[in-house]
Amino acid sequence: MIKSVCFYFQVHQPDRLRLFRFFDIGNDDHYFDEFANRTILRRVADRCYLPANSLLLDLIKANNGAFKVAFSISGVAVEQFEKYAPEVLDSFRELAATGCVEFLAETYSHSLASLSSPSEFKKQVKLHAEMIKKHFGQRPKAFRNTELIYSDMIGKDIADMGYKVMLTEGAKHILGWKSPDFLYTNAINPRLKVILRNCNLSDDIAFRFSNQNWSEWPLTAEKYAGWLRDALNEGDFINLFMDYETFGEHQRYSTGIMEFLRALPSEVLKRGIEFHTPSEIGELYQPVAPLHVQYPISWADEERDTSAWLGNELQNEAFSKVYAIESKVNKTGDDMILRTYRRLQESDHFYYMCTKFFSDGTVHSYFNPYDTPYEAFINYMNVLSDFEIRVDNKLNELKNMKNKK
Amino acid sequence: MFGWEFPPHIAGGLGTACYGMTKGLAHNDVEVLFVMPNASGDEDQSSVKIINASDVISYDVAKNVDEFLNKVDFLRIGTNIRPYIDPTSFSELVEEERRFQREEFKIYFKQKYNFSGKYGVNLMEEVSRYAMVGGAIAMQNAGKFDVIHAHDWLTYLAGIAAKRVSGKPLVIHVHATEFDRNANGVNSEVFKLERMGMEEADKVITVSNLTRNIVINKYGIDPSKVITVHNAVDFSNRDELSVSRGVREKVITFLGRITFQKGPEYFIEAAAKVLKRRNDVRFVMAGSGDMMNKCIRRAAKLGISDRFHFTGFLKGTEVQQMFALSDVYVMPSVSEPFGISPLEAMKSNVPTIISKQSGVAEVLKYAIKVDFWDIDALADAMYALLSYPALHEVAASAGLDEVNSLKWDNAASKVKAVYQDVIGEK
Repeated sequence: MIKSVCFYFQVHQPDRLRLFRFFDIGNDDHYFDEFANRTILRRVADRCYLPANSLLLDLIKANNGAFKVAFSISGVAVEQFEKYAPEVLDSFRELAATGCVEFLAETYSHSLASLSSPSEFKKQVKLHAEMIKKHFGQRPKAFRNTELIYSDMIGKDIADMGYKVMLTEGAKHILGWKSPDFLYTNAINPRLKVILRNCNLSDDIAFRFSNQNWSEWPLTAEKYAGWLRDALNEGDFINLFMDYETFGEHQRYSTGIMEFLRALPSEVLKRGIEFHTPSEIGELYQPVAPLHVQYPISWADEERDTSAWLGNELQNEAFSKVYAIESKVNKTGDDMILRTYRRLQESDHFYYMCTKFFSDGTVHSYFNPYDTPYEAFINYMNVLSDFEIRVDNKLNELKNMKNKK
Repeated sequence: MFGWEFPPHIAGGLGTACYGMTKGLAHNDVEVLFVMPNASGDEDQSSVKIINASDVISYDVAKNVDEFLNKVDFLRIGTNIRPYIDPTSFSELVEEERRFQREEFKIYFKQKYNFSGKYGVNLMEEVSRYAMVGGAIAMQNAGKFDVIHAHDWLTYLAGIAAKRVSGKPLVIHVHATEFDRNANGVNSEVFKLERMGMEEADKVITVSNLTRNIVINKYGIDPSKVITVHNAVDFSNRDELSVSRGVREKVITFLGRITFQKGPEYFIEAAAKVLKRRNDVRFVMAGSGDMMNKCIRRAAKLGISDRFHFTGFLKGTEVQQMFALSDVYVMPSVSEPFGISPLEAMKSNVPTIISKQSGVAEVLKYAIKVDFWDIDALADAMYALLSYPALHEVAASAGLDEVNSLKWDNAASKVKAVYQDVIGEK
């Protein structure tokens, strides 16, 4: 029986908002902090995307197709690449051309639409798939939702859209005694295969790699490949899902993370383990059981639920208000407005309003441009208020035009 | 006159009131030496001479430390009470403290002490240092003044020190009491300072009858000694602003520190009630304070955050800009000794709703007055001002006339009468 490792890397950059005050409401339609967005994107491109892409390209070539990975790149991140770092996009295209890289589908703007609006969700998934086809020449067959959010219903929606495989978190409270290293199916539509992140082995790289207090530090490729081998005595395959920024940004170059990645494929292959992408995993293996997930799970925080984005009254309020105007926004049919609307749905805006400081505050504050969740909320609501005014103005304009005709 | 702040660098209304009052006094032929902890040099000194306490070096005092300390011996006593110490070691400790204080004092007065003039963690320390400097200034300026006037508890000790050193009468001016500042858990140290100031004073001026009652009932001060002089408002330096209005809806504004004292939560609850009736209105809570986060959460919980906005602390002309954008101004204070902001709103032609528990309610006829806790009445008043243009118009124009008649010159002449009274008495 074939034993596999499946690598998938998440690539996303949010559109951070500028300081938008009450006085700006109705007076200014410039919402995004272009300077911060450009600066951060350029920094991450130099530290991670460019060097890591070139390393992966080397590894794929050196292993003659035996090394494979998957990417999920959000639509808004691709837009930022186009604007601020087109060479990054080129390097992803080069990877796509090797045939050893699968691009996954997701929501175009890294949104939480799946939790609120099936219509908006569907629209964004479609838009994203078209974007992937346009840039990388392949139509995605496997789907991963924002932050690996998954439930039976979301899985069903995805199966209805024609996807064969969906990725999610191997959350302990869902799995119980079960192992994430086997193939499962959606509980409503068994034709959708569900593959689960192995959180221990993924986080060994993503979080613990550079932790010098960790008993296993320093982690070598040889040692890690040994762990994979041991784990695969039981399971069929191991899913290693993580942020792509792990390589060079979260784990700095000086930690040796790039050398680790460079050495890993040959160590893994040496032990008789193959690399496969999510779609291949879905075809290679037989599902062992349906997976029941009544309430949405995700890969975030200790709780592995959606509380990082929708865990307090601020987040719930902002979230319900942004989806309350959905039909109004769609009626405008205005490209600029629709585009802005998508960017306002990015999950990051809600993440900044998270008040779970004590349990997972370190990760949260790293990603957060605001000093407090309250500032994040006020700023977002001010922008949203202005946006709603703009939408109403547009609708009035359309109505007047109609009346004149 | 001892103050804590003076425009342009102010944190609250105290500085503004001091500025207006000194100008009014100048028009009433009273010359004012204004002492403040940390002057920046850009204060308007056209009608007042400002003494910066941070610049005071007193060699005279340094030479006569013992005599000086005898006169101001109330300073810093009792600030070092420690539990679990037997009587003998306690008296040793007190002696030790005294010696230490004397040494420390000599050192201080060979150099300047730089006051921050802020309301920070070292506030108590600054207050007692300020008192020492107050005494020193009284010694340096002996014969140049007739009355000592101290504003709010931060300066009472300085006023008392100056009185002890110079023998001149002391008037203290109560702009707020500890009971206004704290809902529960009055700071006993501050309370003691306030009471000491009131007791040592020859006359106590309060900014409203509301405050006068607190001074009489809660601090036990002889009513005949307590006189109300209502604040006024000075708009002479105000330029008309043109603002561009971005929102179509009517705007109802709360502006002030978001603290218990100001009653922000009543504003939110009333806003939610109004929003149930009509959606074409926006509420703004301008300012910052320790209840801000709670208020943000409450507005979110009520689901009105798309119509209820927070601006954070407003600086300089932003305040005026905010008034210019407003259609109704609300001050639902739980306890407000006076409250100058409704006057600023009325000056901008904005009708106001104020709580009956504010001092300013005693002088305003054309503001709508409600009990701070009566959310229904507050919502009613908001709704009426939004929905009935005639009411809005009358409240705005009559309010403007009313506010124009409140002059610092008049208030200052009452202050001057108090001065004459205390001088005559001595």
